[in-house]
Amino acid sequence: MTEETGRRGVEAIAVSFEARRKSGGKVLIPYLMIGDPDFDTSMDLVRTVAAEGVDLVELGVPFSDPLADGPVIQRAGQRALAAGTTLPKILQGAKALRAEGIATPFILMTYYNPLLRYGIDRLGRDLAGAGIDGLIVVDLPPEESEEFDGNLAEHGLALVYLVAPTTTDSRLELIGRLARGFIYYISRTGVTGERKDIASDLAANLERIRQRTRLPIVVGFGVSNAEQARWVSEHSDGAVIGSAIVRIIEAGPRGEIQKNVLQYLCPILTCLHTTA
Amino acid sequence: MSLHRSPIPVCTPDAPRPDPFGRFGPFGGKYAPETLMPALEELEKALKEAKADPAFQQELDGYLKDYVGRPTPLYFAERLTKRCGGAQIFLKREDLAHTGAHKINNTMGQILLARRMNKPRIIAETGAGQHGVATATAAALFGLECHVYMGEEDMERQHLNVVRMRLLGTEVIPVASGSGTLKDAMNEAIRDWVTNVRTTHYVIGSTAGPHPYPVMVRDFQSVIGREVKAQSLERFGQLPDVLMACVGGGSNALGLFHPFYEDRSVRFIGVEAAGEGIETGKHAAPLAAGQPGVLHGAYQYLLQDEHGQILIAHSVSAGLDYPGVGPEHCFYKDSGRAEYVNITDQEALDAFKVLAETEGILPALESAHAVAYVLKFAPTQPPEKRIVVNLSGRGDKDVETAARFLGGVK
Repeated sequence: MTEETGRRGVEAIAVSFEARRKSGGKVLIPYLMIGDPDFDTSMDLVRTVAAEGVDLVELGVPFSDPLADGPVIQRAGQRALAAGTTLPKILQGAKALRAEGIATPFILMTYYNPLLRYGIDRLGRDLAGAGIDGLIVVDLPPEESEEFDGNLAEHGLALVYLVAPTTTDSRLELIGRLARGFIYYISRTGVTGERKDIASDLAANLERIRQRTRLPIVVGFGVSNAEQARWVSEHSDGAVIGSAIVRIIEAGPRGEIQKNVLQYLCPILTCLHTTA
Repeated sequence: MSLHRSPIPVCTPDAPRPDPFGRFGPFGGKYAPETLMPALEELEKALKEAKADPAFQQELDGYLKDYVGRPTPLYFAERLTKRCGGAQIFLKREDLAHTGAHKINNTMGQILLARRMNKPRIIAETGAGQHGVATATAAALFGLECHVYMGEEDMERQHLNVVRMRLLGTEVIPVASGSGTLKDAMNEAIRDWVTNVRTTHYVIGSTAGPHPYPVMVRDFQSVIGREVKAQSLERFGQLPDVLMACVGGGSNALGLFHPFYEDRSVRFIGVEAAGEGIETGKHAAPLAAGQPGVLHGAYQYLLQDEHGQILIAHSVSAGLDYPGVGPEHCFYKDSGRAEYVNITDQEALDAFKVLAETEGILPALESAHAVAYVLKFAPTQPPEKRIVVNLSGRGDKDVETAARFLGGVK
């Protein structure tokens, strides 16, 4: 659909969610740390999951001090940095994928400092130019995002806000007012990583969010298998899976990563896309 | 008031410190993950209520007097002054406070605040271990569960403090990630806080972190400057001419400087750690050689590369070994209210020995940076000038490091 219109950013994201909703399924968003274990392998992984039909892809931009990430994604970031991964390189990679015809929306996920250092003035233009559709900036709450978001909005990009179980109603009002694209709900207080169980306050908190926004809501942090993905998406529009995929990449061997990731992801994808 | 802040202000000396968004000029702010934002709001509210409650200040003052041992002396370092042959050197003896450093001023305040917020669990990060010990001490005093994150390298070089914390009933959690120093300990403490935020108060030890930490820690540490002011007026009938302190995150310096902010005749000199030399890149002097960026919740000068990745700081002193610096210091630098200089590892170690031999005081290696600068600075000033150096901590924890570097101490 996005190929036909050629539109990107907030619109491409909306199209993706809407298409999945119409088909009666829920979205699946895999997270991949770009540059882990090396740049080319991670680019191939984006191709692989996009070809398999995931609805959006989160592209992790490594940061030296990822204070909201658990050990699995911390290590992935260290490997990516050791492999020389930088934001300009990731943007080049995204541009190449778009040139190949890959239309799946790309959401960068990172921390504020690498973006700030890149330069807010040119960030929106360069992200849009590279075919990026949105951003999640873990340590940029709405209180601090005005100038940054202004630049992104100018270029049609979505700044996706995180909502936590601790988020108060007054903060939800603010986030609801500012958010574009979708809302990312953190399933429990804590860092990224796999969990055995899903927090019991999930449904009630998602309902609180729904009352304040018409945007789609996805659930991440701690979702690692088909059963959990199905459960969280019963109450939301889909699930993000990060650490579980990154752990498979870490386990290697390099030649089998694509196969192993697919083997893991396909049943979850089937489960979410056929959920009625 | 809207939650959304107005455009970033510039550094003028009369700007609020901080504004309602926790900004000192453009520096500071609240760059924290969403999970923590409500806790920061809660802390801000508790702090405001505590400040308005005379019973809180009275309780804190009581502990500072009877438990911490305040006021600490303002000591005239006569032999050191003679040796330098210039301005008179006074030492504010924070090393004589309970637990051996200024850190306890802040931890007593924050632990009392944690009790008001009904948070039964305490966490902290520590570099040199002085803040860890001070937190462990206050937690023990009130029977609170306490966990301190400490870099593995720091646990080795400040082993004495690890033992002290454990004896005080605190769990010391080694942090192996990154450089295994203060920055990494803080990352790990924030990860703990994100996970356990409902039951836990995070006692940050410096004027760093997201708002309201920098202003809260400064205010709790300002007892240092208030005492110096009163002691100076009582003793000389006038204010000192120069205030000098080492700057890592910057809490002992701001505690000394802040009460003198409006006294524009008083010069502030902050001393950063130059490590092996600024030109080698192995240092911990972001005010001298960093660029502004965001780390640990605040916009501040940072050691970082061209892609915004944080660089590893280096200092022989674990307490100064941090790639950032408190936002209020960044404001002081850009507005010109304070001057910032730096001192190498070797100069600090030499000063450690000089102070031991001339005054019979072993300073913490952090404080030795300020002492090293006064050794250079005092001779350039006339004898009627008075310099107050904040002797922020004692050096028992550093004797092994000093012996290793200086040699000849068997």
